[in-house]
Amino acid sequence: MRIALFVTCLADTMFPTAAKATVGLLERLGHEVVFPAEQTCCGQMHINTGYQKDALPLVRRHVRTFEPYDVVVAPSGSCVGSVRHQHAMVARSAGEDGLAARAEAVAARTYELSELLVDVLGIEDVGAYYPHRVTYHPTCHSLRVLRVGDKPLRLLRRVRGLDLVELPGAEQCCGFGGTFAVKNADTSTAMLADKMRNVLGTGADVCTAGDASCLMHIGGGLSRLRTGVRTVHLAEILASTEAEAA
Amino acid sequence: MTTFLGMPVHAPRGVGHLRGDEPFPVAARTALANPQLRRNLHHATTTIRDKSGRVIAELPDWQELRAAGSALKAATMARLPELLDQLEEAVTAAGGVVHWAADAREANQIVTDLVRATGQHRVIKVKSMATQEIGLNEALEQAGITPVETDLAELIVQLGDDKPSHILVPAIHRNRAEIREIFLRAMPGVDPSLTDDPPRLAGAARRYLRETFLSTPVAISGANFAVAETGTLAVVESEGNGRMCLTLPQTLITVMGIEKVVPTWQDLEVFLQLLPRASTGERMNPYTSMWTGVTPGDGPQNFHLVLLDNGRTAVLSDEVGRQALHCIRCSACLNVCPVYERTGGHAYGSVYPGPIGAVLSPQLTGVEDNASLPYASSLCGACFDACPVKIDIPSILVHLRNQAPHARTEAAVMGAAAYTMDHPRLYAAAQRAAKLARLPGRRGRGLPPPLSGWAASRDLPEPPKQTFRDWWRGR
Repeated sequence: MRIALFVTCLADTMFPTAAKATVGLLERLGHEVVFPAEQTCCGQMHINTGYQKDALPLVRRHVRTFEPYDVVVAPSGSCVGSVRHQHAMVARSAGEDGLAARAEAVAARTYELSELLVDVLGIEDVGAYYPHRVTYHPTCHSLRVLRVGDKPLRLLRRVRGLDLVELPGAEQCCGFGGTFAVKNADTSTAMLADKMRNVLGTGADVCTAGDASCLMHIGGGLSRLRTGVRTVHLAEILASTEAEAA
Repeated sequence: MTTFLGMPVHAPRGVGHLRGDEPFPVAARTALANPQLRRNLHHATTTIRDKSGRVIAELPDWQELRAAGSALKAATMARLPELLDQLEEAVTAAGGVVHWAADAREANQIVTDLVRATGQHRVIKVKSMATQEIGLNEALEQAGITPVETDLAELIVQLGDDKPSHILVPAIHRNRAEIREIFLRAMPGVDPSLTDDPPRLAGAARRYLRETFLSTPVAISGANFAVAETGTLAVVESEGNGRMCLTLPQTLITVMGIEKVVPTWQDLEVFLQLLPRASTGERMNPYTSMWTGVTPGDGPQNFHLVLLDNGRTAVLSDEVGRQALHCIRCSACLNVCPVYERTGGHAYGSVYPGPIGAVLSPQLTGVEDNASLPYASSLCGACFDACPVKIDIPSILVHLRNQAPHARTEAAVMGAAAYTMDHPRLYAAAQRAAKLARLPGRRGRGLPPPLSGWAASRDLPEPPKQTFRDWWRGR
């Protein structure tokens, strides 16, 4: 299958390993990955911070960039959530009904990584090997916007060598919330403290999730406190094999 | 012929409790530093949401009930004027008197005048969000009338000269030692040997309230529902204090937000299933009182219904935001909100805290008067899932953020960022510049505000040596 990678601005700029892992995984599974270079950012930060007018050209760009492709994948539940639930709204609010219809068409072909693997490609065992104790944080937008359910867990359970431990209070937000983490830094930190306590309580070496943004937040806290626990994107675990460790 | 009455107005300033003294992030900081508050909130919210989750799971048709509740509310809002006229007619026909209050000031004046006309100087009150919203107690006190709250938690708040911090459990921020202290200080005729044993505290309140119920002939209530076709008012509560207030006095004055009307008696079937399970985690509400006008020889002989707008028509005029008027005040969204669980209700400034408050208060007052509230959420979506009438709170938050006034520097930065992101070559250059800004070992510390807020508790990741797009190009 020919799959267009919607890399997300954050993975592109700060977490290229997650993006490279997505490419490596899909190619290993026999698919062709293309990277439309005109893409930048989906505009979610602008939309969620109250700047829909500024987001409009980014929505337009995203739609134009990905329109030619049958299947689009992103290693982020949050960015796919924005494409699926916000792009058409932004276009429609600006009176651009034509753009809204096109955005809906693109959104219908856009998948978060675990959705693509399980729902579209029908695969749960991706042949990965990852000999670590891992706990999984289901990010809010994967869980409650995209409803990915247990798809990431089904993928993780088939990874050889991986010791999956359940995260208590898993469904509660880590406190990131985009600019919320800056505008309400104290409340965000209080939420993070509880998330970290739960992560540390599992005894896991690695906390994984399907969103680089939430992992940047949780990882930022774990690193500041020198906990020795790492955050690793789901794609990196799934891309890892005995021959090529992540 | 219709008359244009002008655009709907917001709740007026200087009266009522819809605006806080401080923006949310500042008020939250105080709350977060209070260990008692944090423990109480964590315990109470987790207990209620577990209980609620269990009884909701018992119902095979919960999702259908939510959909029905949502549809009924949407249909009601679509023909609100007609339903309110119908309600007025039915209440009047049943012997009640209907008053229309455009805002908090008018409502307070109407109620004060009605109490004055009875010649009484004390009223008993059923817990009511609408009267908290308009600051009725303060208005009555200014007129020399003493309002006595009869809901236990509301009484604790009143005696403590405090503010409610939760829609359903207004004294959620207090522990029993504090309650004992408040009772000893402020409850008339309290036994000085009172301990902090919960049954003894409840006993003290009961003794005081019984005396008050039996000696006060005027009561003020809110309403959970009003049935347009029959003119029936409904109050749901758990302690029986409401039943006392609604049946014992000679005069009953009910202050009700105009959005509480439902078209038919049958519609209550849906809401009386949704409300207790979402709210207190009970299968059935303990005390459901319903009354229609006046019944000679039985219950209050004078009944007044005050219909309150106070910004609601302005909310109704916003296509996205009007969903907030569907709220049945169950507080399920507070109990699942990770922000509310840590900050409590006072941080929101308004009597409506939590996620629903963050979308309702700014709309009632106008966004500029509560500009920080739409941002008091990580948009995690737990509130939307919990809401028994499916109010899409995250979408309204995003909608209100788009209307909120923005700081000039932030707007400039966001504009520049959007411009850069719409020009891939500039964007790639900016990515490389971010890489150059690497300060080894600093991990974000020393960043200027507002980014310093991030760096105070979280390391920033080290920018990678190569962006993804550079790697892809060189592949």
